[in-house]
Amino acid sequence: MKFDIFELVGNQEKVMDLILEGIKKAFYLLITFDPEVMKITLLSLQVSGTATFVSLLIGISIGVTIALSKFPGKRIVVSLINTGMALPPVVVGLFVTIFLWRNGPLGFFGILYTPTAMIMAQTVIATPIVMGITLAAIQQLPQKLRLQILALGATRLQMVWILIKEAKLPLLAAVMAGFGGVISEVGASIMVGGNIKGYSRVLTTATVMETSRGNFDIAIALGIILLLLAYFINLILTQIQQRERPR
Amino acid sequence: MVDSTPILEGRNIEVKRGGATLLNIPSLIIQKGEILSLIGPNGAGKTTLLQSLSYLSKPLQGEIFFKGERVNSNHSAFEYRRKLAMVFQEPLLFDTTVFNNVASGLKIRRMRRSEIHRVVMEQLDRLGIGHLSQRSAKTLSGGEAQRASLARAFAIQPELLLLDEPFASLDPPSRESLIEDLERILRQTRTTTIFATHDRLEALRLSDRIAVIKQGEIVQIGSPEEVMNHPIDEFVASFVGVETVIKGRVVRGSGGTFVVSVSGQEIEAVGEAHLEEIVTLCIRPENVTLSIHASKEATSARNAFWGKIAKITPLGLYQKVQLHCGFPLVAYVTNQSLQDLSLTEGKEVKASFKATAIHVVRRQEK
Repeated sequence: MKFDIFELVGNQEKVMDLILEGIKKAFYLLITFDPEVMKITLLSLQVSGTATFVSLLIGISIGVTIALSKFPGKRIVVSLINTGMALPPVVVGLFVTIFLWRNGPLGFFGILYTPTAMIMAQTVIATPIVMGITLAAIQQLPQKLRLQILALGATRLQMVWILIKEAKLPLLAAVMAGFGGVISEVGASIMVGGNIKGYSRVLTTATVMETSRGNFDIAIALGIILLLLAYFINLILTQIQQRERPR
Repeated sequence: MVDSTPILEGRNIEVKRGGATLLNIPSLIIQKGEILSLIGPNGAGKTTLLQSLSYLSKPLQGEIFFKGERVNSNHSAFEYRRKLAMVFQEPLLFDTTVFNNVASGLKIRRMRRSEIHRVVMEQLDRLGIGHLSQRSAKTLSGGEAQRASLARAFAIQPELLLLDEPFASLDPPSRESLIEDLERILRQTRTTTIFATHDRLEALRLSDRIAVIKQGEIVQIGSPEEVMNHPIDEFVASFVGVETVIKGRVVRGSGGTFVVSVSGQEIEAVGEAHLEEIVTLCIRPENVTLSIHASKEATSARNAFWGKIAKITPLGLYQKVQLHCGFPLVAYVTNQSLQDLSLTEGKEVKASFKATAIHVVRRQEK
């Protein structure tokens, strides 16, 4: 069902129809495992999941290192990371595009408009989020805890591992925030992925496209799938975070 | 000579921060099996000294010898850390069960699981918290948490135990029972221990030797009796609990006793002093006797003064009575005596103490 956006202005009945229609369509697409929608959903998960995973590796290791070390200018570095947590995806998309452009510094890879480029861009978005939360999580542990762990005979690596375990609740929040940041992001994905059907189209870019075409029902369906996806991922992470807290 | 090698020796330890000297210890020797208390006010450098001795924070300067071997490289510092244990004022337990907390030092050393279970349960029982083993450390009371922290330290069977005011934030009953248990365990295991505290009674109770620290320096070190009864200066005297510390001028002296004038009153003390010399007299409150009758009976107390009670402070088993008898004087009396003599603030009483009960500190010659 197609709608003209101008028809909707001031026509509440039609808007309600539209939303109902969208929800119906969404359920239809979901229960029939619509191959197109499945493919888009799967790619969303793949791209954002991989980007979150990579950003965890980079963000946690650098975040812990900065939290545990003393150096001149540490405050400036920390404030830069905190600013990075609010990095606009469009700006990231712009710079990744420039770098991957045929004549850009990384142009020889030839990966612009591929899922790989999207993973790169999303990693750039998620890493400062994970890093910033890791940094805060490690820093909020009592200073003396480090000495206590060392006094128990730990090597430096064992100490870091114990500290990470002690900060596991805020670190899981970092995973959620990182994943939440990239699964919902559209600006960078559309710029470096190109929203190519069956190749680099993900839930957010598809939603934008369908909305602009006036296919509100499909757009709503995609939106609901996106919400459900985000909800289930966070539900699982929350389960892990809150589980077996002994009395 | 092998047997007399001290377990720990620190030489010329110096710690500075922002130009200020936090610690300056030319020499400190700890013998195997000994319990040494570091006593001093907050900020005196007790914690800094413990952390330097344990190499947890490397001192700016100085050498540490563990069993005669110098701790210097990263490797030897690590080997050294594996032989000691430390308990802080805060329990600093990990966010897991009590059992896992006590096991943590053993897991770090990759001990076998079955072995870990045996050792951990043994330590938990020893500290009376065996029934808490599966509880989350977060839910423990202050006393229980500190017990878990001590169990974690003892589990690794340290050759050197460092305690940094472990009872300072506990309520009196849990503190009392924990000190009792710690005393028992230390006597059993004969673990060499350095114990930082600002509570002289704790120090008196646990230690073989006491070191008094002031502004990063050890001002006096010796047996508890030595330090308590022969404080080297006013600071030590006031800190180890001689409550009355007064200054006066020597006016007469002969044959082993001399008389000191203190704001118009004359106090007789034992010892040698020059005429006109300014001396400090330390009188321990437990040596001061109070009475309410102007008794004519001869007593051996050479000093007796009438004074007014300024303040009475209950201290549990006894009461602290502050007097004004021309100079301030503190006496300890039992609750019973307080009632029998019906002592109240403002009442006139006679305070007496023997000349031998006064510790005289003579100014060091400049």
